Amino acid sequence: MITLWIDDKQYEAAEGRTILQVALDNGIQIPHLCYHENLSSFGGCRLCQVEVTRDNKTVLTTSCTYPAMDGIIVRTDTPKVKKARRFVMELLLSLAPDAPKIQDLAQEMGIVATRFTPAGDNCIRCGLCVRACDELVGAHAITFAHRGAQRMVEPPFAEEAENCIGCGTCVQICPTGFISMEEQGMERKIGKWKRTLKMKACAKCGRPFISFAEIAFIMDKVKNPPPADWFDYCSDCR
Amino acid sequence: MKEKELENIINKYRADPTEIMNMLLDIQEKEKFLPKTALSYLSGKLGLPLTRLYQMATFYEALSLTPSGRNQIHVCTGTACHVRGADGILNKLEQKLSIKPGQVTPDQKFSLKTVNCLGACALGPVLLVNGEYYGHMSALKIDSMLQRSSE
Amino acid sequence: MHRLTSVEELEKIRKITLEEKSKKSSCLTVCLGTGCQAYAGQRVYETLKKEITSHNLTAEIELKATGCRGFCEQGPILVLYPGEICYCRVQPENVPDIIKTTVIENRIIEDLLYQDPVTGQRFIKESEIPFYRNQSRIILGANRFINPQDLGDYLAQGGYRALAKTLEEMTPEQVIAEIEKANLRGRGGGGFPAGLKWETTRRAPAKKKYVIVNADEGDPGAYMDRSLLEGNPHLILEGLSIGAYAIGADEGFIYLRQEYPLPLENLSIAIKQAEEYGLLGTNILGTGFNFSVKIKRGAGAFVSGESSALMSAIEGKIGEPRPKHINTALSGINGKPSNLNNVETWANVPIIIEKGAEWYTHIGNATNKGTKIFSLVGKVNNTGLIEVPMGIPLKKIIFDLGGGIPGGKKFKAVQTGGPSGGCLPQHHLDTPVDFDHLHELGSMMGSGGMIVMDEETCMVDVAKYFMHFLKDESCGKCVSCREGTRKMYEILEAITLGQGKEEDIPLLEELAWVTSNTSLCALGRTASNPVLSTLKYFRDEYEAHIREKRCPAKVCKALIQYTIDQEKCNGCGRCRNLCPQKAIEGEKGSPLTINAQSCIRCGICREACRFEAVIVR
Repeated sequence: MITLWIDDKQYEAAEGRTILQVALDNGIQIPHLCYHENLSSFGGCRLCQVEVTRDNKTVLTTSCTYPAMDGIIVRTDTPKVKKARRFVMELLLSLAPDAPKIQDLAQEMGIVATRFTPAGDNCIRCGLCVRACDELVGAHAITFAHRGAQRMVEPPFAEEAENCIGCGTCVQICPTGFISMEEQGMERKIGKWKRTLKMKACAKCGRPFISFAEIAFIMDKVKNPPPADWFDYCSDCR
Repeated sequence: MKEKELENIINKYRADPTEIMNMLLDIQEKEKFLPKTALSYLSGKLGLPLTRLYQMATFYEALSLTPSGRNQIHVCTGTACHVRGADGILNKLEQKLSIKPGQVTPDQKFSLKTVNCLGACALGPVLLVNGEYYGHMSALKIDSMLQRSSE
Repeated sequence: MHRLTSVEELEKIRKITLEEKSKKSSCLTVCLGTGCQAYAGQRVYETLKKEITSHNLTAEIELKATGCRGFCEQGPILVLYPGEICYCRVQPENVPDIIKTTVIENRIIEDLLYQDPVTGQRFIKESEIPFYRNQSRIILGANRFINPQDLGDYLAQGGYRALAKTLEEMTPEQVIAEIEKANLRGRGGGGFPAGLKWETTRRAPAKKKYVIVNADEGDPGAYMDRSLLEGNPHLILEGLSIGAYAIGADEGFIYLRQEYPLPLENLSIAIKQAEEYGLLGTNILGTGFNFSVKIKRGAGAFVSGESSALMSAIEGKIGEPRPKHINTALSGINGKPSNLNNVETWANVPIIIEKGAEWYTHIGNATNKGTKIFSLVGKVNNTGLIEVPMGIPLKKIIFDLGGGIPGGKKFKAVQTGGPSGGCLPQHHLDTPVDFDHLHELGSMMGSGGMIVMDEETCMVDVAKYFMHFLKDESCGKCVSCREGTRKMYEILEAITLGQGKEEDIPLLEELAWVTSNTSLCALGRTASNPVLSTLKYFRDEYEAHIREKRCPAKVCKALIQYTIDQEKCNGCGRCRNLCPQKAIEGEKGSPLTINAQSCIRCGICREACRFEAVIVR
């Protein structure tokens, strides 16, 4: 076990946990956007800033990428931390000014408006969708492309995401509503990935509930595939 | 690009996925761009997701997903060239060719690119045209350069 | 060639090489570095070869193509030994005369000698030219004697003697102690003590370790590493091998930027030669030391020169930085201890080992030892590569070696440290050039780019230039770096367009703070230096742009106007013919005028005018 200090209190943590995880486990609030408990740490939104003192050196850093280490002293509420978070939040708000989740977070920090002209397409480049697709689903349908100010999320060649199975994980995890999914008859559309998928209807209730691509993906990936008629019924009717 | 040629490149680097950048650069050198089919082939052979190859292809300046013109003009916009007027040369070329950096003329004759530094700073401003360096360039010399390089 | 299996065999082959070379009475060296090649250097070389053959001089003259000699401004450079007669700006048509007059008749051709632009004095010997005279070329000096594709030339210069000494006489601890004693600091920019870094990697508990050469020279305006790699590749391999031995690594990588084709060629040849001779591979020189080297090419991404990004790229991943809370010296490539130094740092190693730390520490000042190579470029008379002792004042570099500012213009600033560095004004010209002093002033040593700017350089434009560079080169992962650099660029652009507002300066300062304090890697953390240093030393220029809508240096197009001096213009019409906008009006033979409406301020008319009649206001 590792022992560390957060805001003058001592905490214990398991090897491999990050400062952010230890804080959240213990009910200490640190604002964050690109962190998700089931995904690898990314450190892109820069919101979860804390000050860490280690070997008598204090640095401002993101808590989601900093491993919990023995003896480190973490401060989550110094003037420097607050200043950094506020300004980063203002930058994030300029990227997705209409997203309720971003607005709420900004408001909590006392930011009502950004001084910058909204530059955005509503995507804050947090990479949750990309990591979810890679790490949770394993479909590798979308990726970050280009760099610097041009960086964006898109399918290969900015064409239809051929690997997308329409599972909707990216849609659910997106904090700004940048990605959306539409159901039209027996089709599911994810406009951002230029993807349209044929859906299978439940044999009992008739509701389209899973794409054929997802069924094929599951049958291919899973070690012990379910019986062939498993996907005849939706989860409600099964 | 033929499958045989791709195989040769893959084998040159022992089909080692960590050598992906060397492979991409070899394809780029040969084809002057990265054909989609080549990326798909590499993805299958090396077991790397196509998304990763696409990310690399768009991340690096030297890799391109669109074919280049027959004559490739690189304008150095390094600091030494900048303070000696690289901007003026770039503007003149943009005007002359009616394209922006990163684009190809409709007749496929020229492609125009900027490069951060060619490491020939003492010659600034510098152009690299079809692998040949043109030092101490000025907007006045552009016409003769274009003439010479397209011969 | 059979592999060398002992140090004795290395010395034997060195002796044979030297004897072979001494058979020729003279040596004609031509610089074929990238700069000289751009000035027809290759054709000069070919013509020399032809002339030497046709005069039946092949038995007496050794013709040698060398790598970069640094004085690129005067290229192609040709030096004849003995006598060290140096000819500058040699063209193929000069060659027959050189062979006839100088080689055969032993007479000097005055016109081809270097002439000082200020005093008009001519110099015969290369080493007497003021540009060279004031340097200490302990690293670069060998370039002028070496054909980089010939291992024999490197051996003739004492090459691989330091490696032999290391393997035969020294323990790894002794090697590290020597490097520590020499106080070798990383030449890539940070100035971190190399010995300490080596020691950390050496002590790391792992069997597999790596050594890496950072040859991703990405600073725009700098080409020190390029010249070393293309001019003396074996020096880098020897330094790397010594480091590998000291650290306990058996595998090395050279991460080379793709924009450098000649270094790639010469380095690939050098690795092959070293492998053939048993200077790389298994059981090197029969000592039981194993070490192999691979080249990994970059593909044009400045951020990939950052150590953790570079290691990701070597692993075949995207060259993006990752958090370094655990040092790469302990956990680098594939999580193994990895020691990264830049090209110039590695180049210092064989010299320290061969001549000893004691000798080495006599060069430089108290905390900065040895020399530093700079690319002295921009608005300066003698542009080129210079190698000077650490601690030399900026003034000496720019005015003594560099010969001052061309065209009698006034000095304004010198930019060091690349995009992470800063611009220093006139009143800091007495500053000793070393890691610590430059850092104190808000700039940095960086890898060695030194760009001189004169009164016609606009400092707001320079800041905008760097921010444009950084917003494109940021990997884009951190919101603070991606959006911070983008927004700083947008503000600077507005200022140069005459749309600046009073509140822009404090906003720039705020953005600079957040970018440098909340970004992950060194690119973001230093990205605001160009803005902060120009704001610190040239705030009045910002204010002139914002308050008076005026660009004092007359650079920013939206704030200037081209006009024709009616007294000076004789109506020759040259400018009118060349103007791409057809904006120049008037009759031939009488003074012309510029239509401000259609003028795009490209400056072609000013460049074209032979009577200095085009004025910028």
